[in-house]
Amino acid sequence: METLAVQALTGLASASSLFLVASGLTVIFGVSRIVNFAHGSFYMLGAFLAWTLVSHAPLAEWGGWGFWGGILLAALAVGLLGAAAEMVILRRIYRAPELFQLLATFALVLVVQDLVLLLWGADDKFGPRAPLLRGATEIFGLRFPRYDLFLIAVGPVVLGLLWLLFHRTRFGILLRAATQDREMVAALGVDQQLLFTGVFCLGSALAGLGGALQLPREAVTIHMDMAIIVQAFVVVVVGGLGSLPGAFLAALLISELHAFGILVLPRITLVLAFLVMAIVLVLRPYGLLGRKPEGPPPATEAAAPLPGPAPRWLQGAGMAALAALLLLPPFLGEYPLILLADFAALVLFAASLHLIMGPGGMASFGHAAYFGAGAYAAALLARHLGAPMEVGLVAAPFFAGLVGFLFGWFCVRLSGVYSAMLTLAFAQIAWSVAFQWVEVTGGDNGILGVWPSEWARGRLAFWYLSLALCGLGVWMLRRAIHAPFGMALRAQRDSPLRAEAIGIDAFRIRWLAFALAAAMAGVAGALFAYGKGSVFPSSLDIPRSVDALLMVLLGGVHSLSGPILGAVAYAGLQEQLSRLTDLWRLLLGLVILALVLFFPGGLARAFYRRRGA
Amino acid sequence: MTPVLQAEGLVKSWDGNRAVDGVSLALAPGEMLALIGPNGAGKSTCFNMLNGQLRPDAGIIRLGGRDITRRPPRAIWRLGVGRTFQVTATFGSMTVLDNVRMALLSHARRLLGLWRPARHQLTGEAEALLARVGMQAQAGRPCGILAYGDLKRLELAMALANQPRLLLMDEPTAGMAPAERGALMAQTAGIARAAGIAVLFTEHDMDVVFAHADRVLVLDRGRLIAEGAPEAVRVDPLVRQVYLGGMTG
Amino acid sequence: MLQVQALHAHYGRAHILHGVSLALAPGEVLCLLGRNGAGKSTTMKAVMGLVPPSAGSVRLEGRELAGQAPHVIARVGLGYVPEERRIFAGLTVAENLEVGRRPPRDGREPWTADRVFALFPALASMRRRPASRMSGGEQQMLAIARTLMGNPAVLLLDEPSEGLAPVIVERMAGAVAALKAEGMSILLSEQNLLFAATVADQAVVLESGVVRHVGAMPALMRDAALRARFLSV
Repeated sequence: METLAVQALTGLASASSLFLVASGLTVIFGVSRIVNFAHGSFYMLGAFLAWTLVSHAPLAEWGGWGFWGGILLAALAVGLLGAAAEMVILRRIYRAPELFQLLATFALVLVVQDLVLLLWGADDKFGPRAPLLRGATEIFGLRFPRYDLFLIAVGPVVLGLLWLLFHRTRFGILLRAATQDREMVAALGVDQQLLFTGVFCLGSALAGLGGALQLPREAVTIHMDMAIIVQAFVVVVVGGLGSLPGAFLAALLISELHAFGILVLPRITLVLAFLVMAIVLVLRPYGLLGRKPEGPPPATEAAAPLPGPAPRWLQGAGMAALAALLLLPPFLGEYPLILLADFAALVLFAASLHLIMGPGGMASFGHAAYFGAGAYAAALLARHLGAPMEVGLVAAPFFAGLVGFLFGWFCVRLSGVYSAMLTLAFAQIAWSVAFQWVEVTGGDNGILGVWPSEWARGRLAFWYLSLALCGLGVWMLRRAIHAPFGMALRAQRDSPLRAEAIGIDAFRIRWLAFALAAAMAGVAGALFAYGKGSVFPSSLDIPRSVDALLMVLLGGVHSLSGPILGAVAYAGLQEQLSRLTDLWRLLLGLVILALVLFFPGGLARAFYRRRGA
Repeated sequence: MTPVLQAEGLVKSWDGNRAVDGVSLALAPGEMLALIGPNGAGKSTCFNMLNGQLRPDAGIIRLGGRDITRRPPRAIWRLGVGRTFQVTATFGSMTVLDNVRMALLSHARRLLGLWRPARHQLTGEAEALLARVGMQAQAGRPCGILAYGDLKRLELAMALANQPRLLLMDEPTAGMAPAERGALMAQTAGIARAAGIAVLFTEHDMDVVFAHADRVLVLDRGRLIAEGAPEAVRVDPLVRQVYLGGMTG
Repeated sequence: MLQVQALHAHYGRAHILHGVSLALAPGEVLCLLGRNGAGKSTTMKAVMGLVPPSAGSVRLEGRELAGQAPHVIARVGLGYVPEERRIFAGLTVAENLEVGRRPPRDGREPWTADRVFALFPALASMRRRPASRMSGGEQQMLAIARTLMGNPAVLLLDEPSEGLAPVIVERMAGAVAALKAEGMSILLSEQNLLFAATVADQAVVLESGVVRHVGAMPALMRDAALRARFLSV
């Protein structure tokens, strides 16, 4: 009974923190329709800035005033940074497709990660206890940290303040109006740019405040950003995108679930939140308090004409590249061969995601689930049944395809951000299983000893195997895209209305495409596993999904050459940059930002255009 | 003779307002029937129930005697109903020929083909359909760059791909220059008559309606207020009043 | 006051307006007539910049507006009341008015909440009511009131009578007449000929995006043949 009460209160305190961050995210989305991946970075910046302010002179010497002033100053500074990011970057891409905005905000994540590392170093920071709120209070005979009680109050207070802002100030009323009908607000003479900058400032300040308030509670680390953004996404989506009360409710739900889940089912705590999200989205596709977006769907990018047979120069270049890939490797050293085999797997991984995103017109934030499914299929067979590589490579696409078939049934029903979030949720569920089902998967220690069969153990032989399988996979994807199935997939993307009117069952086509892409990702995952000789949960974590997303978007979704170029460019860039400098994330982020701002069609497009002009 | 299409007592409400309030109609084989009415009369709602896009709150829709109420559009298409849209809906990333080919592939139930390239399939049939609407010269063009009138013709070709017995055309001449309208409708009427296809269309260009419809239905505030030959409807006092508006009713 | 010349507009590739021209004098009510689909709403949207005109010019007191962003056009002095009303359903009546509020224009009595409530007394009693819980007629009144709060020099009223009960239509006509009496210049679009006849000075008849007739409204009302040609079935 006592533990229950303590857990309930702990859950409430966590809910407050989570709500602060999620409220900023949901407010920004409501007005700008941008899913801001960088929101977690602003949270982290808030924490680091607050640490610097309160633990150094002059604020550190001012006692209570200094501490609380430092917290608020940090939040304010983060708000200004958010406004600056909006003005410099996001303002230029409001008309770009949704995924490009996402790419830009993800580039910001990378940039901030390295900047934080550069400015504050890699070690964890510990802030001072909060003045006046040290120690614990007794409630019904239970000792309870005072700071947590304070946090419990902060959530509703901020909700109340936000309510006042949105209902009692002109700025807030304009924001609410813009959330409903941006165009009408403009027709009434309101300049949206100011509104957007304002909302980014507000949202980022809330994230910063959330981060700063964590200071007395836990260590400030350079991994805070990804941890919080995923949770905030869950809260925002469960609550309903754009809904503040929804975010509050969802934050409570998720936090309490987590607090009690630890007592009852400690093994599945990581899955729990995502399971809830999946259930909510299946039952209420727009979240607990969310409403179906009204009006016409946002203008989609003008459909690109289908890439016919590749232009002759590209065919020539492809042939030359293939010849080089076949003929040169015998003269290469061990390390380049390892890299090449990795690249091959990544190319197939990206190409499989392209099927979903390009011809399919869907988004997946969780494609790593299928890459990982393939990898684990191979590894589990090797570990528990002693199966050889050949068996693993055959089983991988079937297992990954099956997982894709199962998850896809849910994901392809929804569209846009909601569908993307559901893919993320399922990928996190898969990741949690790999991470927490230690007996079977080895948990964080992974599965070692997943080696290729004797004949393929040499680096050169394994490279040829990778090239053959990935080449085969990409070729099969290409056949499928140009076959009636791929045409039907494009048809339902181009015009759902027309597709339905000529008898195309869009759901079935999308579902099968999802499963097919999953199977191909599975092959890539298995190869990757055999190449490394091991599998870890990181093979299906969010960064891996984001890798795939970046590779496809960098290359461009318009033709299959896009993800191939994108995979090579991204993986190559990452590899080169990480060898050149410790700040490779910063550089990569800047490169991605430059690409988004200057080549919104992706690398392949820019290539074609240059040649075509 | 069994009507091609028959609707009885269709009702659809939005937020308690009856947009369509007990509409019944029947369409004979080969007949061209125009559905007209002022703004907000319920034409689109009515039309979208017939084509399966909306589910009626009450009423029955039969296609050749077979109940198709609450069937999705794709199922209705498989029963031989072709459609064109008010704002053209075509596959913008494909060529004209591929658009038509897509409809033919679906009709032939080959959509799950994963291997044989689509460009080697049904080309002759697709070209024949394009020839029927006078578009063969444009077969290789991306449909993203077509003139609007040609897009409308392309839609017609796609609608004919399943050898329909009924065409549902929502505002077939909307968005076209007045001079083009007559030509498009004359072509449509010619094709429909030659193949014995019944046509139900909504339209607000009265010249088009009176030149091509065999029969006209007039909707106002969700109800049918007149029905008959074009000449009779044209002089109907109730219809004239509805079109000219009246502050007292 | 408002001069529109050879305006063309497209939706996607559909060519909707084929060179529409019209001129609105100060204090005048000019009514766009025509069957639905004739291009009345599109003309309004093109003037307002919501559908960017593909060619042609829109001038307010000599200042070129074609190609400007909607919020700039609104600030210069065009007040747009859309056909679908587009009130902010989640906001109260008072909040809807607040969104429309803009600084007063020189030499005119500024619009205030009290003044719009005097024009539409029905709204005065529901200041705190969410707009989603209003009837169609009340929403139409709110849409007009919201735009008036921006102190426009010219009001664009797109089919204010559509879907309203006859008694409400009469009240709406009364409000438009009152605005006209105060010297407001109004570009109106209507399908309801009697509504138009009670308030409009000039009539411009559109058909398929082309101007078919320009003339005085009373003259059009006297000429049954002309009416039948363009407006009847």
